[in-house]
Amino acid sequence: MGLLKLSRAAGLWVALGGFLVWTACSNIPEAGFGPRSVKAAVKPDKERKSAPEFALKDSNGQTVHLTDYKGKVVLLDFWATWCGPCKVEIPWFIEFEQQFKNRGFAVIGVSMDEEGWDAVKPYIDDHKINYRVLLGNEQVSDIYGGLDSLPTTLLIDRQGKIASVHIGLSLGKEEFRDDIDHLLGASSANLSNSDPLLTAAK
Amino acid sequence: MNSNTPSEEYLIPLKLTWAKEPLQAEQVIYPKPQSEKYDFSPTPLSVFSGNFEIVTKFKAPADARNGPAIMNGKLRYQACNNKECLAPRTVEIAVTLDIQ
Repeated sequence: MGLLKLSRAAGLWVALGGFLVWTACSNIPEAGFGPRSVKAAVKPDKERKSAPEFALKDSNGQTVHLTDYKGKVVLLDFWATWCGPCKVEIPWFIEFEQQFKNRGFAVIGVSMDEEGWDAVKPYIDDHKINYRVLLGNEQVSDIYGGLDSLPTTLLIDRQGKIASVHIGLSLGKEEFRDDIDHLLGASSANLSNSDPLLTAAK
Repeated sequence: MNSNTPSEEYLIPLKLTWAKEPLQAEQVIYPKPQSEKYDFSPTPLSVFSGNFEIVTKFKAPADARNGPAIMNGKLRYQACNNKECLAPRTVEIAVTLDIQ
């Protein structure tokens, strides 16, 4: 930090010279922009691990568990109203919710706004978000790896396993769509192949 | 990082605050921000980049004791690039000074 030398001048103390020198971005411990953004493909089934369970409240005060969505493909989006890149993705997710909901898909947005619903509810209304938004906390941040950067977006398969993780705007809209479609289609194929009645009918 | 006067209402501004004693912070002087374009915003944002200085003018109350003292402050900041944002953070500051 800086060292201040103060001299008296007509009763007004004035800081001399450079007081604080801050290096933007590069001295932030978590910094590692650019190449650190992860672009991940959907993992093979065998490599997927279970998504950590959580219990968070939605905008109606209802407690929501991730396990409530078992059997569905879930896009889990950690975001905040102060996050510009997050806002690029939200319209995509609104579209996906509408397009895929009848195939067993759901978007869950988890806001990491420290101001809570005071900041988040107006945003939900203004942007006509059609999917469930929950309020995150330190606990959910910890179990999901610390959430150093936003947005952090996960695709979770019907078995509750993490198929892919995207940190930052690392995936385009159509790539997201393709991955969701793949997970929905792959899940359906797995279900039909494992059902003896369906197999016998072929 | 966002400047102290961000161009969009939703952005978290840079803010330096000080404890009320032993000195009184009369004025916090931020540098002139830069205007930079980011992919996620249709308009350029007001930011600080690289090294920059924030200067604070302090005033000593009449009963301030001469000698060494520590001024405690907090710096709140939040930074993004084109692809991602770091969570807002508050850093504690302690500046050693010598009141004469």
